[in-house]
Amino acid sequence: MKQAPALAQGFPDLSGMRIAREPHWFRWISAALIVLVLAAIARAFANGQIEWSYVSRFLTAKVILEGIVNTMVMAVLAMMLGIFLGIVVAIMRLSPNPVLKSVAAGYTWLFRGTPLILQLLLWFNLALVFPTIGIPGLWSARAVDVMTPFLAALLGLGINQGAYTSEVMRAGMLSVDIGQYEAAQAIGMGRLRALRRIVLPQAMRVVIPPLGNEFIGMVKATSLASVIQYPELLHNAENIYYANSRVIELLIVAGLWYLLAVSILTPLQMLLERRFARGTLRLAR
Amino acid sequence: MTKPLVAIRSVAKNFGEFQALNNVSLDVWPGEVMCLIGASGSGKTTLLRCINQLATIDAGGIWLDGELLGVREQGGKLHRLSEREIGRQRLKTGMVFQRFNLFPHKTALENITEGPTQVQGRKPDEVRAEALELLRRVGLSAKADWYPAQLSGGQQQRVAIARALAMKPMLMLFDEPTSALDPELVGEVLAVMKELARSGMTMMVVTHELGFAREVADRVVYMDQGAIVEQGRASDVLGAPREERTKAFLSAVI
Repeated sequence: MKQAPALAQGFPDLSGMRIAREPHWFRWISAALIVLVLAAIARAFANGQIEWSYVSRFLTAKVILEGIVNTMVMAVLAMMLGIFLGIVVAIMRLSPNPVLKSVAAGYTWLFRGTPLILQLLLWFNLALVFPTIGIPGLWSARAVDVMTPFLAALLGLGINQGAYTSEVMRAGMLSVDIGQYEAAQAIGMGRLRALRRIVLPQAMRVVIPPLGNEFIGMVKATSLASVIQYPELLHNAENIYYANSRVIELLIVAGLWYLLAVSILTPLQMLLERRFARGTLRLAR
Repeated sequence: MTKPLVAIRSVAKNFGEFQALNNVSLDVWPGEVMCLIGASGSGKTTLLRCINQLATIDAGGIWLDGELLGVREQGGKLHRLSEREIGRQRLKTGMVFQRFNLFPHKTALENITEGPTQVQGRKPDEVRAEALELLRRVGLSAKADWYPAQLSGGQQQRVAIARALAMKPMLMLFDEPTSALDPELVGEVLAVMKELARSGMTMMVVTHELGFAREVADRVVYMDQGAIVEQGRASDVLGAPREERTKAFLSAVI
């Protein structure tokens, strides 16, 4: 065996020595200041004109609970409509057909270009434009009867969401490698089947984080439906404080419920992400 | 008298100003193993892509199994076929890509069963049994439930070959199947292709593996600047080329 060359002298052995802890004075001072400010804010609220007993009493009131249920029902349904429209429009946008392409672009332009609250008011007041609606000769009804607050909110929120979701979906589909389309074609798939079986499942992985964002936005956007009398959380909270004048207390109640709803959604998104991450992890089996 | 499985006549294909294929005519006979060689940009990959219609030709015609590809002649004019028709014609060819293009969200087994169940609408049980047999044939029985990202390049390419074979094609197209592989993984893929050649499959292989061409190919076609320069038995084209351009290419490669 060959002898290793001798090591140079003058370098002491450090193996037994520990690294000393630094005092971090600035860290301690800044932390103390922040805690002080937070305590002051908390004290201000505790001594302010808030009757906390009202908050706890109305937190689980029947009307408030109905409100949060209606909020979540509307958020889920409108989001489903939005995702459905978003996928259809994104596919139209990527189609070689110029008519489909420009209709899709026009839809996105129109519904992203006007305020959501305006769209909700338009849907709700559709009866002013079309007193009766229906299919000629088959079925018709008075628009005021059909366009309930529920339907107006669903259409307004869902169709508006579709315009945003279509761009998210399109980004996801563009992120899938072109070789995947070709491999799908090579085993005889048509464009739509390749999209459904091969491209969209891979796009979902990219699309879920921004869709989670959009859904959280949707939960809060349902509060706009209060202007068209849909009995969601904020609308119901407002109705209570119109009667008892406890404005801030009831706004806090509503705020706590929104926070809770959004807190529950975050881990759900993580579960979905794990589902669609199939095959992307090298080691996990 | 037998007919060629593929008949290519006066085919041209341009990408803008660039002439990828220039008046190419060629026959591929049933059971033949043909290797296409040439520098990059010589048109050999484009020719394969035209045969399974991932690229559309600008002039000329390609017949597969006696059927004109991509268009139908009617009243002295050519009418483009529907996507459904083109999909049906594609099923006669199997394609193996340089970069494998396995579906990353599906396991090895699911990659193989996807086409037969989804496109051909066959029974899942029956397809599954065939897919497992194909995996055995490419030596990957143990990897059926693995995702592509968990497999080596050579293993991925063997799954890709099995995926193409699952559609029971009459013609297998290989587009530089070993170019993206580490050198030590090339052998396992070539071994699978040799076994396939011996089984009587008609194959068109774009390759830089001259050793493989010499050993397996019935015919070697040398292409340059979108045209066929020289073709013949492997021993002739590779051993005693007649054209200057072929000689120059071979001396550059070896």
